[in-house]
Amino acid sequence: MSAGSEIVLEARNITKRFPGVVANENVSLKLYRGEVLALLGENGAGKTTLMNILYGLYHQDSGEVLIRGEPVRISGPSDSIRHGIGMVHQHFMLVPVFTVAENIILGAETRNGPFLDLNAARRQIRELSRQYNLDVDPDAYVKDLSVGQQQRVEIIKALYRKADILILDEPTAVLTPQETEELFTIIRSLTARGASVIFISHKLKEVLAIADRIMVLRRGRVVGETTPREATERSLAEMMVGRSVMMEVEKGEAHPGTPVLTLDRVTVLDDRGQRVVNEVSLEVHAGEILGIAGVQGNGQTELVEAITGLRPVHSGRVLINGRDVTNASPRRISETGCAHVPEDRQEDGLVLTYSVADNLVLNTYYTPPFARGIVRNDRAILNHASRLIERYDVRTPGPLTPVSALSGGNKQKVIIARELSREGRLLIAAQPTRGIDVGSIEFIHQRIVAERDQGAAVLLVSAELDEIMALSDRIAVMYHGKIVATLPAASATREELGLLMAGAQPTNVPHETIADGRATVKAQR
Amino acid sequence: MERAGSQFSPRMDSRIQIWGMVHAAIVPIASVVVALVVGAAIIALSGANPLVAYSALFEGGLGSGRAFSRTLEKATPLIFGGLAVSLAFKCGLFNIGAQGQLLMGAVSAAFIGFSLQGLPSALHIPLALLVGALLGAVWAAIAGTLKAFTGAHEVITTIMLNFVAFNLTDWLADGPWKDRTPGNIVARTPAVAPEARLPDIVGVPLGIILAVLAAIAVWWLIWRTTIGFELRTVGQNASAAKYAGISVRRMTVLAMVASGFLAGLGGAVETLGVVGRFQPGFNVGLGFNAITIALLARTNPIAVIPASLLIGVMQAGASRMQFNSGVASEIIDVILALILFFVAADGIIRRVLRLRAEEGERVTLSSGRGS
Repeated sequence: MSAGSEIVLEARNITKRFPGVVANENVSLKLYRGEVLALLGENGAGKTTLMNILYGLYHQDSGEVLIRGEPVRISGPSDSIRHGIGMVHQHFMLVPVFTVAENIILGAETRNGPFLDLNAARRQIRELSRQYNLDVDPDAYVKDLSVGQQQRVEIIKALYRKADILILDEPTAVLTPQETEELFTIIRSLTARGASVIFISHKLKEVLAIADRIMVLRRGRVVGETTPREATERSLAEMMVGRSVMMEVEKGEAHPGTPVLTLDRVTVLDDRGQRVVNEVSLEVHAGEILGIAGVQGNGQTELVEAITGLRPVHSGRVLINGRDVTNASPRRISETGCAHVPEDRQEDGLVLTYSVADNLVLNTYYTPPFARGIVRNDRAILNHASRLIERYDVRTPGPLTPVSALSGGNKQKVIIARELSREGRLLIAAQPTRGIDVGSIEFIHQRIVAERDQGAAVLLVSAELDEIMALSDRIAVMYHGKIVATLPAASATREELGLLMAGAQPTNVPHETIADGRATVKAQR
Repeated sequence: MERAGSQFSPRMDSRIQIWGMVHAAIVPIASVVVALVVGAAIIALSGANPLVAYSALFEGGLGSGRAFSRTLEKATPLIFGGLAVSLAFKCGLFNIGAQGQLLMGAVSAAFIGFSLQGLPSALHIPLALLVGALLGAVWAAIAGTLKAFTGAHEVITTIMLNFVAFNLTDWLADGPWKDRTPGNIVARTPAVAPEARLPDIVGVPLGIILAVLAAIAVWWLIWRTTIGFELRTVGQNASAAKYAGISVRRMTVLAMVASGFLAGLGGAVETLGVVGRFQPGFNVGLGFNAITIALLARTNPIAVIPASLLIGVMQAGASRMQFNSGVASEIIDVILALILFFVAADGIIRRVLRLRAEEGERVTLSSGRGS
């Protein structure tokens, strides 16, 4: 449905400063009834700050907020809920051991005298689910739900509180392409019933697919407003970054050499003892990028963990440079020259409370020149950090600043800098650009290709098909723990890969399903 | 918080660090002040004059040379205990068992002290200290090993080991190692040999010198060595430590061993420096005050020294306070508990002072990690 003309939410000249930083400067926005307004910007552009002001988590230094034409002072989430604003955060705020219904009514409990009236709540939740196609079982435990379903619970939670202005903060960052499609369907049915949605993202394709209007923020200011009809990915990227951006990765031909990483029928179990990687065999040669494509949760994570020593190999062999490193310690594998950009950078790749400098030596701290015996050499660590910060364009106040103060893209650059600066012939990069801004993605892609050109073997795992296709020389598709096909990247098509990722056999690709395949992969990236 | 447009700026970099340091000190200092104010209110409620009570307290702890040496005496084992708890915290472990480790150190140092006669001091003292420290280390290693290999939570195991240590040392002092001098009916070991007693070095007790050296050594270990880096990494983020090739198990055992070593050393120093024998009941509470000290010092080994001195002053001055103002010396325990309360529940102090939650390394009171 097209947007109405009634303004439900308006922000006028919002300014918010933090020590040393202006997070929002004179930001104004209007949200009309029944529309999807996309707020686009790089990490650190001020999107989340602005939304936190609208939601009452922060208060603006100047400027005003109007709801349905009335100036309001929102001093906390309970105020914003009263005004009909609901927010779905990037990280869900759910109690895992409670049921869906219990989570939804938490803080707004339906009562029968002094007792909880869960039945009334259940009925209302079912009603909401039906109205908005939000399929979820009120009696399921949240811990048993997929990420996509948990997000639906968050949306119902907002609707249950009669919100008709929904703020979705990077809602697709954690979703599979299919879940993203489903979310878009839900958003459309919400707006069709008169709700208004603010959709925060830095993913250009998604913004173009779902928004009615697009507002672009850069460095705390509104730099432009456009519509999907007028805009292209390239024009949006330029607005976001403030300069022209290369959407394609420039890379020459690969000159593959000897095999660096060899997997021989590797089987890996997950935490519950299920075979999540099933007899995978592959070779990655020096000077090539092998991309592993696949929908999240098909064993890619566990495969990488097994190669890098973080998870036991159940059977089969892992060889690096011809040496058997099956079930060797992470330290030993790292010392063979295997660099690893881990999938979960906040959890595994960084110690957030440590300085940038300490994070840059997280796995080399014990080697010269960073240590002599057991004594740390702080000067060498600092020099190293200053060098890498410059070479890898890490935006930080300095080497001693805690890495937690950096934006997502810059955190990832710290990891990339650390891993690529090591002497090594093997690079394993898992989701190297997930959730980070366009400018950083471009940079990281160039560095990965540069590694290849210098003769490193690169194993790239990514849920983003665009990334796999742009970087890889060969593409292996993983489905249900198996490599179902390995194709040369030059001849692989998006449709073919999409079908393989969905489990189709490489030999019997029926032509009539190609359209579906396109739909599945479209939402990627 | 988003930092839009932050650029490389050494000024900002050092400002962030200095602010972090100032910030770290604000909450502990404010906690002490607030605890003293609340304590004053309680004293006033009991009908005494808080000013008289507090001035007697500090006079009794700092007023004279003798008062100060009593403070040092009280502070010495507290420094060791505070270091022990701080070091474990750095690795994400909550060593509630400092008390038990300290008792094991105290009783074994006493045994070496009284059972060997005629050794020169230069041999006897180091031997007794070392054995005390090692027994503390062994005691803590039990909890560390259980944590590393079975995931048993160290809070539970160290509490239980405390009870074992209480009863074991009681039994030793009342049984096989009892002081059999005619006329003695209390549970205590014989006095240690004079050669095993800690001397004063140019008027300063050897115990406090060792305590300060230990604080410097722990600081150096934590901040200047790769082992310290490994300990801290495990404490801050065990899964990142694993990724970085650090053995979480090894560090867990090592941190507990080092922590127990310090606590045991504290017990040994108390035995050889102050009490002169092992007598149950003498060291009770030390291991628990050590937790208060570690939190008050925000696990900073150097800050453990002033924190211990502060509590030492209060303990040394308690009887003078009771004498001068009639306030029961137990009020000191109330104030210590209030300090612990405000330091641990620092949200209260932050709200009063309108401080933001701090960046930088955090003290984790309890981590769920195991194997």
